[in-house]
Amino acid sequence: MLEPSDFAAAWLTFQLATLTTLILLVIGTPIAWWLARTRSPWKGVVVAVVALPIVLPPTVLGFYMLIAMGPDGPIGRLTQAMGLGLLPFTFWGLVVASTFYSLPFVVQPIQNAFEAIGERPLEAAATLRASPLDTFLTVVLPLAKPGYLTAIVLGFAHTVGEFGVVLMIGGNIPDKTRVVSVQIYDHVEALEYGQAHGLAAGMVLFSFLVLLLLYTLNPTGRRP
Amino acid sequence: MSLSAPQAICARIRLGYPGFSLDVELDLPGRGVIALFGPSGSGKTTVLRAMAGLERPPGGFLQVNGSIWQDDTQGVFLPPHRRPIGYVFQEATLFSHLDVRQNLVYGMERVPKMERRVSLEYTVELLGIEHLLMRKPGNLSGGERQRVAMARALMVSPTVLLLDEPLAALDLTRKREILPYLERLHDELDIPMLYVSHAPDEVARLADHIVVLDSGRVVAQGPLTETLARLDLSIQLGDDVGVLLEGVVAERDQNWHLARVRFPGGNLWVRDEGRPVGHHARVRILARDISLSLYKQEGSSILNLLYGHVTDLVGDTHPGLLLVRVQVGESPMIARVTRRSAAALGLATNKPVWVQVKSAALME
Repeated sequence: MLEPSDFAAAWLTFQLATLTTLILLVIGTPIAWWLARTRSPWKGVVVAVVALPIVLPPTVLGFYMLIAMGPDGPIGRLTQAMGLGLLPFTFWGLVVASTFYSLPFVVQPIQNAFEAIGERPLEAAATLRASPLDTFLTVVLPLAKPGYLTAIVLGFAHTVGEFGVVLMIGGNIPDKTRVVSVQIYDHVEALEYGQAHGLAAGMVLFSFLVLLLLYTLNPTGRRP
Repeated sequence: MSLSAPQAICARIRLGYPGFSLDVELDLPGRGVIALFGPSGSGKTTVLRAMAGLERPPGGFLQVNGSIWQDDTQGVFLPPHRRPIGYVFQEATLFSHLDVRQNLVYGMERVPKMERRVSLEYTVELLGIEHLLMRKPGNLSGGERQRVAMARALMVSPTVLLLDEPLAALDLTRKREILPYLERLHDELDIPMLYVSHAPDEVARLADHIVVLDSGRVVAQGPLTETLARLDLSIQLGDDVGVLLEGVVAERDQNWHLARVRFPGGNLWVRDEGRPVGHHARVRILARDISLSLYKQEGSSILNLLYGHVTDLVGDTHPGLLLVRVQVGESPMIARVTRRSAAALGLATNKPVWVQVKSAALME
């Protein structure tokens, strides 16, 4: 009952979510580290900016991203100057937009994990000859593992679920920007309820399995 | 390492927070246990953290065994991970994602092979943690955790061992479990141990040298027995005023389970704790456990009667009490008596008295 276009949308969604999550882990880790340890007065500002996508309607975010990536926007000028052309209505445009959109869902769990570790293990590692980078890799990252797992699942799932931002930035171009959420919308518009069901049920199952995996790997109860 | 100079650690630490200031100058010996003693808030932990480089007091100076770790006039500051120290925190702070063995080798692996002088086998044996190696820190008791933390600190082959109240978070039973291991460290290691504590009994048992801190100032520093016998300091110790005597076990009485400890100036009968004859013994006598008499009292339950003469009298914290220093042979003792009794006995400098020791505790 699913068509090739449905599988294409699912594959595209998977690529988008995977790429976005990887980029977010790289960008989110230093932001989370800084937020967890800084005493700078700018902390509040950065926290607010990172959290904005949680409260903003996705269409608002998508609208401004569209403007920023457009020919006269700062991101658009930069990509044009670099010879990359314009990002709206491309896959990479979706990646950039999703990165902003899902940022808080990756930064916050990692930041919480860093804060929970506290100062002491870092001091202990320093007295055991570990340099700050060494400490980060061998003490902080392993201790923050639960936070990273949560961040990966939330970042991935949130990107899979986005709709408003995609419509604003990417439109609805098969194989380029047509992700599952848009595909479901199209099916419903066309009264193809059977196919909509197929994809929607697939999403429910996928989300359930991901969460099940998360809580199996990462039980909230303290294990000794 | 045994060649280290007698004054191996020179430190000058100044810090000011609102409501607290620290201004400390220390000259410490290059071996033995050095107690940093004082009430909470006196700045002892800050001193230790500054030595480890975990705190950077501006304008500080720190020299250990001839190398400069911090000299702000020269812009020198060795970060903590470059300092050859071992540090034991009040809470063990083991890495919860590693098992005991991995915790132990964490620091050692980061020390160049040429500089390693301590083996895993030796440390594990010294602290009695062979059976814990495969366990995770979460499965250890508080005492076991602290022993692992001490072993981990030793594994980096430190030239100074810094201990921040390692027993403070433990109950009495756990403390008793750990103290023998601390004594072993003291006996076996040829490096100075800086031991932060606010517990007089720990200090009396472990320390060779003491630095008394109060409100961020050094009130006294010197060899332990000498420093404890100073009357001007005694007042600060409250109920824990007392002297320490260093001696040897001279005789053991199997019938009565008593041991005779010979110290410079006399002999004391104490409870026999199983120490062999000829063994070194440290005896602590609290001022409140000594009474004075002008005559040798026969027919009392007190075992230890010593003859001496008064050298000093000082008012105690309570207006009704006096601290009296009595010289017994080469050893000073401190007695706490009421002013009324002192007047009745006519106590004054050079007055001969009999010292009655109600109880004396063998410390090691």
